[in-house]
Order: sequence, then structure tokens, then C-alpha cells
Amino acid sequence: MKKIIVKEEHCIGCGLCEVYCTVQHSKSKDIIKAYNREKPRPTSRVKLEVHKPVSFAIQCRHCEDAPCVTACLSGAMKKDEETGLVTHDPEKCIGCWTCIMVCPYGAIKMDASGKVVSKCDLCAELEIPACVANCPNGALVYKEVKP
Amino acid sequence: MSKYVIVGASVAGIGAVEAIREVDPKGTITVISDEQCPQYSRPMISDLVSGKATFEKMKCRDDQFWEKNGVQALTGRTAVSLNLADKYVSLDKGDRVNFEKLLVATGGKPFVPKIEGSDKDGVFTFTTLSDAESLAAKIEKAKSAVVIGAGLIGISVTEALVKRGLKVTMVELQDKILSLILDPTASEMVENVIRKAGVTIATGQTVKRILGKPENGKVVGGVVLTSGEQVQCDLVIIAIGVIPRTELVSGTDVKTNRGILVDKFMRTNVQDVYASGDVAEAYDFVVGENRLLPLWPLAQLEGKVAGYNMAGKKADYPGGTAMSSLKYFGVPIISIGIANPKDPDAYESLVKHDPERGFYRKIVLKDNAIMGVTLVNGIEKAGVLFHLMKNGVNVKKFKQELISDDFCLATLPRSLRRKLYPGEYK
Repeated sequence: MKKIIVKEEHCIGCGLCEVYCTVQHSKSKDIIKAYNREKPRPTSRVKLEVHKPVSFAIQCRHCEDAPCVTACLSGAMKKDEETGLVTHDPEKCIGCWTCIMVCPYGAIKMDASGKVVSKCDLCAELEIPACVANCPNGALVYKEVKP
Repeated sequence: MSKYVIVGASVAGIGAVEAIREVDPKGTITVISDEQCPQYSRPMISDLVSGKATFEKMKCRDDQFWEKNGVQALTGRTAVSLNLADKYVSLDKGDRVNFEKLLVATGGKPFVPKIEGSDKDGVFTFTTLSDAESLAAKIEKAKSAVVIGAGLIGISVTEALVKRGLKVTMVELQDKILSLILDPTASEMVENVIRKAGVTIATGQTVKRILGKPENGKVVGGVVLTSGEQVQCDLVIIAIGVIPRTELVSGTDVKTNRGILVDKFMRTNVQDVYASGDVAEAYDFVVGENRLLPLWPLAQLEGKVAGYNMAGKKADYPGGTAMSSLKYFGVPIISIGIANPKDPDAYESLVKHDPERGFYRKIVLKDNAIMGVTLVNGIEKAGVLFHLMKNGVNVKKFKQELISDDFCLATLPRSLRRKLYPGEYK
């Protein structure tokens, strides 16, 4: 499957990945409307992690043997055998945070609503995920990887 | 005759079915469950009572789960005994199911102490869907409830009842609530949140006697605490804890302690007989021994490991530990491993407490390895700490950072990240 590869040596810590992720997961898909009008502001599923001088973006790694899927209490988190994606169904999610407890990357976030979790879906509707497409320095690369 | 027979259809049984099918698409599987309904999430029964979830939402697998996996599901049936010599399970109506490999995933049942008056109408336990449905049916007419036990189940049922407008009194034998998984500081933080919601908490006490109503002695009207105090109520919920349902193996050669003893392949001492979930005593990697850990995520993992091994694919159980993620009255809390070291001198505790923001972080170390994590609010990076913990990482060089608000993956030295996440640095 295709995954997002993080090149931390290229990350300049600008945070555009978070901005474009927020926009992509907004209702309007418009940066100004998403930031100014949507309440709560849509959660970015990618997180820019900074521990100076190190910085890099981290999002769901779509693990082969995903601990979040095994731990999920409600059946909201699933591994799609065909695409390899770890999918999350907010309708089934009960916001118990068990997946957060077991994600080795700390890549699952509490949604701004406070009621469910939120995580990277690799922008299913786009050819290239928004964070990758808008990274100005090639610190995020979308490519085929062996499982 | 079925190649695989699984007794119990909750998450350990489900995990086993999924794992078996990954390895063996054809081998016959029979699942026996005394519950009639489709697979549902046990931890969500409180959401059913509070009205937050319908049964539809509680289903943790789709309705065709058995069919899709080619499972013969004997639901609403009870496995009554086991013949290990001839390898069959006897069912309630006298019929038998022969097996090649057996998984005992019978789960736990509520522990109910002897309390005078516990046979009255209005006394409940709280572990199954049917418990939740019976309780929910009584709520409309009830005004108040006493919950015995302030552990995970007790608090979740309390929250549900509060949301339905009931006045609740929680009675806890220990001095602190959630004393098994939280230290006194974190416990107090939760206590304050619960009290704020209007709940009365009586610690250091239990219920001595359940009283009837003046007009009808057979119906719950109140309780008498060990202090002598009397509390009026319409409902009593006993939520002291669960104990393993080991009846099926009692009198057989399968070895038990409090639960069924298993090795890291989830095998019992009897060949071709496996056990998983709340009924089993599996390995705790923090304590370094096998013990009961009746937790949903561990049950699912144990079931998976059993399934792989039953189907001939070697898989090790990596070990679990006490791990709970809570959200009582909206406050997120995660507790993993040791929260309260019994011998404080042998451990080092790193603590950061910000009462104003309601933040609390505590890391318990032994020889610079993480043995316990407690987080109240600011839980999003808990999984990274858990990963360090599982891998026994020496955190000496960056231990103060572990309790920082900014702790994240980037905090870890690059060399360590390369080692812990090899796939990311190919």
C-alpha cells in the first residue's frame, strides 16, 4: 500500500501540514471558512511534533498489526484488508480513548468535539494526501511501501 | 464434530475466530454462547443505560459476522461440562460438540458478596446486556440508587444513572475510589468530578443490609451501611468486581488458580485446550507473573493469540498489564501498570500536578524503566509512554521530559526512535 513517509531532516517546522489537513477535513474545504467559521475548528489529523531542534509531522501509520484495532471497544477502528488502511468510523466511536492509550506513535487525537477520536485517513478522496501535497520542503512523501 | 470449538462469544472468542480464519479459511468452527444476541461491546452497557448508545451502536461486529466467517454459532446455549478424554463439550439439552481444539473464553461473572436482603426486587449486577436492560427498565420509576463498589464498573454505572436523573450514592470499602488503578492524588481528582455531578461517595464502608420499602418489604427501599447510617434508595447495583467463570473446567485436569492458567501461547496444561479473556490468568509484563486482568483490549489480544496457535501459526502473547482509559464525567484519564508502588523505596516517581488546569502526570520508574503511567487530561501521548514501557526502555537520559506537557515522539533521541520504530527508518 501507499504510505506517508516522514523525512525529518527536511522538516522546517512550519506547520502547513496541520493547516491543510484541517482544511481538507473541514466542511467547506476553504481555509478561511474552516478557520473562522466552523465551530469547533476541524481537528488536524496530522501533528507537527517539535522538540527543538528536531521537528517532524506524525500521522496514523496504518500499522500492519494495528494495536488500536485490537484494543477498540466499540468496533469503530478496523483494518481494511483490501486497502491496508486502518479506518475509523466516528458513528461507532464512543470516545473511550483506549486507542490513544495503545498507539505507539501517539498518532490518534481527541477530536475537537471531545466526543470521538480523529486520525489520518490518508485523504481517501485525494490522489495525494493534503499534508504531503502542501509540504513545502519534501518532508512528507507519499509512496508505495512493502507491508 | 468441529475442528475448533470456542465457548464464549464475547471479544476473546471473536478475536480467536478472526485469527483462526486468517490462518485456516476452511476448518470448521463452532462457537457456543449462552447469550442470544449478536456480538456487542460489554464496556458499553453503561451507555445503553444512560441513553448515549442504542444496541445497534453497541454491536462491535456486523450482524453477518458468524456467517461471513463460516462459524456454526450455538447462541442461547450453555456449555455445561467438558470431557477431555473423549474431547467433547456437553450442552444444556444433552447434546455434545466434539472438538480437535478447544478455547475456553467464558469470561467473568459479577462477584456478589452475601448481603442480607440482596434477593429483593431492585438489586442488580452489571456485566451483561441483560443486566443493563433489566436496570434500564426500572429507571423511569426510580429516583435514587446505591452503587456498591467504586471501581471501573461502579463508576460507569453511576455516571449512567446520574445522566438519567437519579440521585446516586456510591459505597466503597477502600478509603479511595479506583484504588487499584489510581494513586490518592488522581483518585481525589476523579472524586471531585464525581461529587460535583451530585453523587455522594461513602468510602471505607460497605452495605451491611438491604432494606425493603415500608409498604412492600420485597422491593428495595434503602440500605444500611457498616457505619450504621441508613440511605434511602429504589435501586441497588452491586459492582464490586468480576470473577472468572471457571465452572466448565472445574473437576477436569485443567489447572486453575483464581482463573485458568495459561502459557504465552494461551495453552492450558491440557493438550489442545486453550483459554483467553477474563477467565484466564495471563502474563503481566510489569508484575512479571500471570494474574487476572479482566480488560477488554487484553481479552481481544489473548483471543487472537489463542486463535493463531490453535490454527497452527505460532504466536506469543507479549503480555499485558493493568491498563485503563477512562472518561468519567468528561475527564480523560489513562492509567497503565503500577500507580501506587507498594514499596516506594524501590521505585522512583516523577510527578507533575497542575490543579488549576486539572492536569496530572505521574511516571513510576524502576531502575530507569517505566513501570507505571498515570495521566489526567493531556492523555494524547500515552501510547508513546506505553510503547517505552512495553519495550523496557532505559529512560534515564530524558526522564524529566516524560512528565512535560510537550512530551511526544520527537522528545525521544533519534537513535532510540530508530530502534523502537524500525519500519519508519527503512
